[in-house]
Amino acid sequence: MNFSISPKAKKLIFGIAGLGVLFLIIGFATNHADVKTRLMSDLLINSFFFLSAAAAALYFLALNYATEAGWFVVVKRIIEAVASYVPVGAGIFALVLLAITFMDGAHVYVWMDQSVVDGDTMIQNKQAYLNKMFFWIRTIVYLGIYIWFYIGFRKRSIKQDEVGGNEIYFKNYKKGAAFLVFFAVFSSTSTWDWIMSIDVHWFSTLFGWYVFAGSWCSGMVVLTLLAVYLKKNGYLEQIKEAHIHDLAKWVFATSFLWTYLWFSQFMLYWYSDIAEEVIYFNTRIEEYKLIFFSMMLINFVLPMVLLMSREAKRHAGTLTVVGCIIFVFHWVDVNLLVIPGVFGSHGQIGFMEIGFFCVFVSIFLMVILNTLTKAPLLAVQDPYLDESLHHEF
Amino acid sequence: MHKEAAIRKPLILGKKTYHDITEDICRPIESKAPKNWYILITIAGLIGLYGIGCILYLLGTGIGTWGLNKTVGWAWDITNFVWWVGIGHAGTLISAVLLLFRQKWRFAINRAAEAMTIFAVFMAAIFPGIHMGRIWVAYWVFPIPNQFGSLWPNFNSALLWDVFAISTYLSVSLVFWYIGLIPDFATIRDRAKTPTAKKIYGMLSFGWSGRAKHWNRFELVSLVLAGLATPLVFSVHSIVSFDFATSVIPGWHTTIFPPYFVCGAVFSGFAMVQTLMLILRKAFKLEAYLHVKHIEYMNIVIMVTGSIVGVAYLTELFISWYSGVEYESYAFINRFSGPYWWAYWSMMTCNVVSPQLMWFKKLRTNLTFTFIISIVVNIGMWFERFVIIVTSIHRDFLPSSWSMFYPTHIDIGIFIGTIGLFFTLYLLFARYFPVMPIAELKTIVKTSSEYYKNKDDNH
Repeated sequence: MNFSISPKAKKLIFGIAGLGVLFLIIGFATNHADVKTRLMSDLLINSFFFLSAAAAALYFLALNYATEAGWFVVVKRIIEAVASYVPVGAGIFALVLLAITFMDGAHVYVWMDQSVVDGDTMIQNKQAYLNKMFFWIRTIVYLGIYIWFYIGFRKRSIKQDEVGGNEIYFKNYKKGAAFLVFFAVFSSTSTWDWIMSIDVHWFSTLFGWYVFAGSWCSGMVVLTLLAVYLKKNGYLEQIKEAHIHDLAKWVFATSFLWTYLWFSQFMLYWYSDIAEEVIYFNTRIEEYKLIFFSMMLINFVLPMVLLMSREAKRHAGTLTVVGCIIFVFHWVDVNLLVIPGVFGSHGQIGFMEIGFFCVFVSIFLMVILNTLTKAPLLAVQDPYLDESLHHEF
Repeated sequence: MHKEAAIRKPLILGKKTYHDITEDICRPIESKAPKNWYILITIAGLIGLYGIGCILYLLGTGIGTWGLNKTVGWAWDITNFVWWVGIGHAGTLISAVLLLFRQKWRFAINRAAEAMTIFAVFMAAIFPGIHMGRIWVAYWVFPIPNQFGSLWPNFNSALLWDVFAISTYLSVSLVFWYIGLIPDFATIRDRAKTPTAKKIYGMLSFGWSGRAKHWNRFELVSLVLAGLATPLVFSVHSIVSFDFATSVIPGWHTTIFPPYFVCGAVFSGFAMVQTLMLILRKAFKLEAYLHVKHIEYMNIVIMVTGSIVGVAYLTELFISWYSGVEYESYAFINRFSGPYWWAYWSMMTCNVVSPQLMWFKKLRTNLTFTFIISIVVNIGMWFERFVIIVTSIHRDFLPSSWSMFYPTHIDIGIFIGTIGLFFTLYLLFARYFPVMPIAELKTIVKTSSEYYKNKDDNH
């Protein structure tokens, strides 16, 4: 069965986009900060957040191939659909980075601004790594490899529907493992480049894994909610409660992973209290106390309490509410990774930020739903299909 | 109804029936011990006794009999402690985390790996204990009400958290392991021929009758314990890493420590499982239950965790430069080019390079090669802890207090001794306990054994 975007869904998505535009107008009218900087920082936050959620879906696909998982086959096309935002998102993200580069960092990446670098020996010492040329080489490699793997996985998956057999499966197994190798390195280094370098004097070895855990969780939320949505609307009746339950378990588990890494990074810097390290959290706690702690608590406590039980993980309503809230608050997390570094004490999450979020959500959803219409929703020739159809526990 | 894809490799080879499984796993317990077992346990026991002798000498004479000095106040003792705790990670990971991931191949190794876990944690616990110097006041580490005024352990100290973390982990792992053993003990009890054996295994099996009610409670408690054990697997080594990372010592104080220690622990734990199981399957003729596919899976786990550890090493190295903190940079320059360069490069070769060879299917399905690598990995993981601990502190902030560490024969004796004790316990386990979970293996015969899989495909 093929998916088609219902008029209702279309209306909703355009509604969100419209709301976003409205918010943006209000945001621009009431903006007091430097417009260029705020625009660039918001575009960076949103293009990064949605790209990373899609990249997490791609990673999840590769992970399932490489670990010989069987249960996920009935939701495979959903994972592919979320991952299909990778090329689009990478394009948008590259444009944003290009604009920032042309503005010499636009006060987001101060290390791109020669006048700042000249007066700062700490940045000068990092120039071998943090310079425009090398930054772009790395960015192109990361994005290129993600796109290339996505295209490969998708092409083979569609082809498998026609030809069947195990050959394509074995190829996916190998490519899955290969992608994991790249991703293991790039998920860390790319975050240093794109996010950590905003707070150019600060450093944390765990940073990349921490940011990745957040995007993994966001990606799993999107997958779970899409599965719930499709099942509810009569598509893919092969999705059983057990599949939803398994996806929800991933949301639950990645929420814990995220919290674990948040705690590890925060506690170790807070405990040691070394000035150049703890300043990162000082700024966030002193100037953004409410958002900082509510973000942390919601992303941890909400899934822990509400998704603990078996029933909740199989309940569409609970999943939708919890999923939407933690998705938004992981977005807030990304805001907190960027805004204090760019604006210091006077940043905010206001109309403009929310406006951009709405606009990006609608683009993100449109791309995903559009991909879903392009191919049958069930990968009928996957060698593990039977296992997935009989998935029960 | 559960269905298993035809493409999956069988987990039990040949045509094994339920009865065959019971027979195969009970045989070593019910038959006379071979001469080799006596030889091995004598050797291991003697080495263990030597270690105990060294420990007694240390307790009688003082910590000064170790090679420690004012600058290097922690060395082999803590290295050995972390090494053993790390090895003690695999068992619970296999039985709890792999249970959550529904990895059925775990049945071949979980029992023996859990036993290994418990013995390894015992060995680990020795080191902080004897390092206290005055072991007779060891109970001071526990927050017990006392009459010494306001004498409480320092709750702010990561070392105290570690006491809690490890004792919790040990208790849960022990209970988890034992619960799993109960139905199997009952099987041995029912088959026992001598009254003594019947009596002993009868007591060990807690009057298990195999009623539906018993099974129901058994399943429930296993699930609850698995749920408890999963966060514990992560917490133990995270908190071990806090022992170092909460300090301000360059080389210790870095945020990646918790997850990277956990990966390292799983890495060394699986390597030790590999070493032990390769011998066990051969000695007990259990090749049908633990065959090349299982070994390949374990090798993949070793490869993946080894690669994560490798990424973490390189991350630390890079950030030490990127941070611009000169003490941090020096700590790493000193690691790879200082007087302990050989330890650093041994670590790199054993932990980062050698697991990469597992990318080749030919190598990761080769038993001899696997056996060698499994030992290489544990040598590497010992060096890792040595590198982290000794090379970070032997050259601290003040060059005037720089120093070197040289182990004494007591250092060496105690370490070797724990290996002896560990193997003694393991050999006793292998002789008297069912080394594979009889009841659980039976649950996968119909879905995952070679005979039934082929039968399914043919009709």
